[in-house]
Amino acid sequence: MSFFQRLKAGLAKTQHRLVHEIRRIVTRSPRLTGATLEELEAALLGADLGLPMTRRIVDAVKTAYETRGRDGPDVFAIARAQIEQALTPAETPLGRASAGLTVVSVVGVNGTGKTTTCAKLAHYVQGRGAAAMLAACDTFRAAAIEQLQLWGRRLGVPVIAAAYQADPAAVAHDAIAAAQARGADYLFVDTAGRLHTKSNLMKELQKIHRVMDKKLPGAPHEVFLVLDATTGMNALAQAREFHRAVPLTGLVVTKLDGTSKGGMVVAIQQELGLPVRFIGVGEQAEDLQPFDPRQFAEALFGTPEPAVA
Amino acid sequence: MFDSLSSKLQNVFRNLRGLGRITEANVADALRDVRLALLEADVNFQVARDFIEAVKQKALGQEVLRSIQPGQQIIKIIHDELVTLLGADSPGLRLEGAPASLLLVGLHGSGKTTTCGKLARWLHKQGAAPLLVAADVYRPAAMDQLATLGRQLNLPVFTKPGETDVLRLAREALAFAAANQRTVLLFDTAGRLHIDQPLVQELVRLRDLVRPAEILLVLDAATGQEAVNVATHFHQALGITGAVLTKLDGDARGGAALSFRAVVGRPIKFVGVGEKLEDLEPFHGERLAQRILGMGDVVALVEKAAEAVDQDEARRLEEKMRKGQFTLEDFLAQLRQMRKMGPLESLVGLLPGGADALKNADLSRSEKEFRRMEGILCAMTPAERRNPNILNARRRLRIANGSGVKVSEVNNLLNRFHQMQQMMKKMGKFQKLLARMGGPGGAGGLPPGMFGR
Ligand SMILES: Nc1nc2c(ncn2[C@@H]2O[C@H](COP(=O)(O)OP(=O)(O)OP(=O)(O)O)[C@@H](O)[C@H]2O)c(=O)[nH]1
Ligand SMILES: Nc1nc2c(ncn2[C@@H]2O[C@H](COP(=O)(O)OP(=O)(O)OP(=O)(O)O)[C@@H](O)[C@H]2O)c(=O)[nH]1
Ligand SMILES: [Mg+2]
Ligand SMILES: [Mg+2]
Repeated sequence: MSFFQRLKAGLAKTQHRLVHEIRRIVTRSPRLTGATLEELEAALLGADLGLPMTRRIVDAVKTAYETRGRDGPDVFAIARAQIEQALTPAETPLGRASAGLTVVSVVGVNGTGKTTTCAKLAHYVQGRGAAAMLAACDTFRAAAIEQLQLWGRRLGVPVIAAAYQADPAAVAHDAIAAAQARGADYLFVDTAGRLHTKSNLMKELQKIHRVMDKKLPGAPHEVFLVLDATTGMNALAQAREFHRAVPLTGLVVTKLDGTSKGGMVVAIQQELGLPVRFIGVGEQAEDLQPFDPRQFAEALFGTPEPAVA
Repeated sequence: MFDSLSSKLQNVFRNLRGLGRITEANVADALRDVRLALLEADVNFQVARDFIEAVKQKALGQEVLRSIQPGQQIIKIIHDELVTLLGADSPGLRLEGAPASLLLVGLHGSGKTTTCGKLARWLHKQGAAPLLVAADVYRPAAMDQLATLGRQLNLPVFTKPGETDVLRLAREALAFAAANQRTVLLFDTAGRLHIDQPLVQELVRLRDLVRPAEILLVLDAATGQEAVNVATHFHQALGITGAVLTKLDGDARGGAALSFRAVVGRPIKFVGVGEKLEDLEPFHGERLAQRILGMGDVVALVEKAAEAVDQDEARRLEEKMRKGQFTLEDFLAQLRQMRKMGPLESLVGLLPGGADALKNADLSRSEKEFRRMEGILCAMTPAERRNPNILNARRRLRIANGSGVKVSEVNNLLNRFHQMQQMMKKMGKFQKLLARMGGPGGAGGLPPGMFGR
């Protein structure tokens, strides 16, 4: 399956609901009234787009109706254009340090898919001929180290790990040293899941980053926040707090293979200007795809269909 | 963090408070805001719509129109309706069968394995002999993870590294349980998408084999609108008997719980409030309702405070506070009253801006700390409590020994006490403010130290 098909299949349900809702709204009442606007709003919120983005789209639809009348604008086209406009594409899915080792820190709340994403990213650069290494900086969660080591064995990627309860900053430090010694191109740093509300854990993360920067000035070169596509409005709070603690360079949205969600990334990019870099579409190493805003927007809203007047 | 939900509702409430009389028009306005607020809390939009309809029907009734404080009545209706929808407090686990089996299911990373460990610990404390069963044959190191938790709990774990057939593993686990007198089996299953038919069917076969007394859906508190579909699919396939809502220690509003209740109708049994194995609590509908509604519900706080705090006592404390006569004796009395009011977390959360304060405070630790403080205060003589100035090094050592803490902790408490005295004046002002906001009687009977965090 191509990326687009996969994404589209994954998002089919959202699309279906939106198409259904919007068409119903449009056909039943060609002239948008307060009530139908409210329904359109609910439909967009139902896809986890969040209130501000929803209002933007609703306003755009309203304006279009007012200026062009009911035969002119297409609700889908307006909405899609808005989404696309909001999702500025990243220059590159994965950056590269100007010279030497590129360090990528992978952060996020519990259970979003950080460890799996680290493995997928290692696989991704391997496929492009680069040498990857992994750092097991989650020294807290039960079997987190074994999990990453298993991925390392599967992919033939060296994993730098210490004992449980070890200082994750020290592991990161040693991992950079090891990656430099071995001449690796990329080091992916798997950090422990932490809720963005826990200041002690956020400080721990800041320390990891400080130590990395000290060991290798400029590191980490990329900081990816891993977001679970199933998450609703809290994703915005997560992005805000992580971005405040350790400036992020991008988002990875996981579990887009079976869920109808993903709408919150629009609000996040609107507010924080953080581009989505990759999406996760399964549990296997190859289930990672660079993000494409246009395809995302299309998959979310579907191909325009003429409204029955 | 503090999403607009809380502030929005506070605005609504504030507006309602200002009204002398409720009209259909201003109810509709307010309720539309409440609806948007619920949506922001991830309550499914259809569930939110039904909810609003129910509130509206009640709000427009005679009772409210004739009442003296319509605003407060509406707040109460919203709150009560939400509590009803969320369902009764934890009815506990059904443990029929010898041994009884529990199946934990859910999406990837929702917290199934961790919750298995937490429930095993919980059941063990109740006298059961749990067996953890590592029935996740897919996720890398899933069995290691459960085995580690078992070791931490000193409880047996049935694992079979390399096994790929969940049913064979389950059969062997049942045999193992029978041979080893285990009374409850907790099956940790692999995360799966609700629309992944082959994997959901695997669960159906597992269910038919082990005939579990409970099939618990483990649901992340931050789940968005999709919660309705997740719950519907799992329920249709398996017959979910209850839910565990995880990661409530964050700031997710937990509106997904409402969606679960609306489509499954089965109780939420437990909530996960941390990564550690002791971080499991029975579900409390009221607490979650307040959370979904935003945490600044001052009225609820005032009501709660008024119940628990002896009014005269409170006034006496307040008086002393203002005059700077607050002693350790009062401090002890106050600590005890606070404990009567329920967990600190829910109290602080009720304050305007309290949720913000919560963000940086580990309150379960604070609770423990409060217990220690109480212990230290109890080890003092009444004379010492009335006049802390006499607490020289020798006395401090005695108190430390008597309460099983280090001297530094005694010193720490005394320092805090001094800081608290400093704060008293400020608090006096705040209490007046609360009283003005018009809780029942506006007694202002809030224990001052509550804000000393
Ligand atoms: N369907 C699907 N599952 C995924 C995806 N990414 C990760 N997962 C699964 O999600 C679960 C959690 O993934 P992990 O990589 O362990 O998540 P984590 O963020 O490292 O978790 P913690 O370290 O415990 O915070 C696992 O069961 C993964 O297989 C994805 O894109 N799609
Ligand atoms: N803060 C917090 N973290 C939790 C809670 N429950 C689980 N977690 C964390 O969430 C992450 C995922 O938990 P797991 O128990 O591995 O989730 P799972 O559902 O078994 O995951 P899969 O087997 O991959 O589907 C881990 O980092 C846990 O420590 C909770 O109540 N609060
Ligand atoms: Mg991990
Ligand atoms: Mg698991």
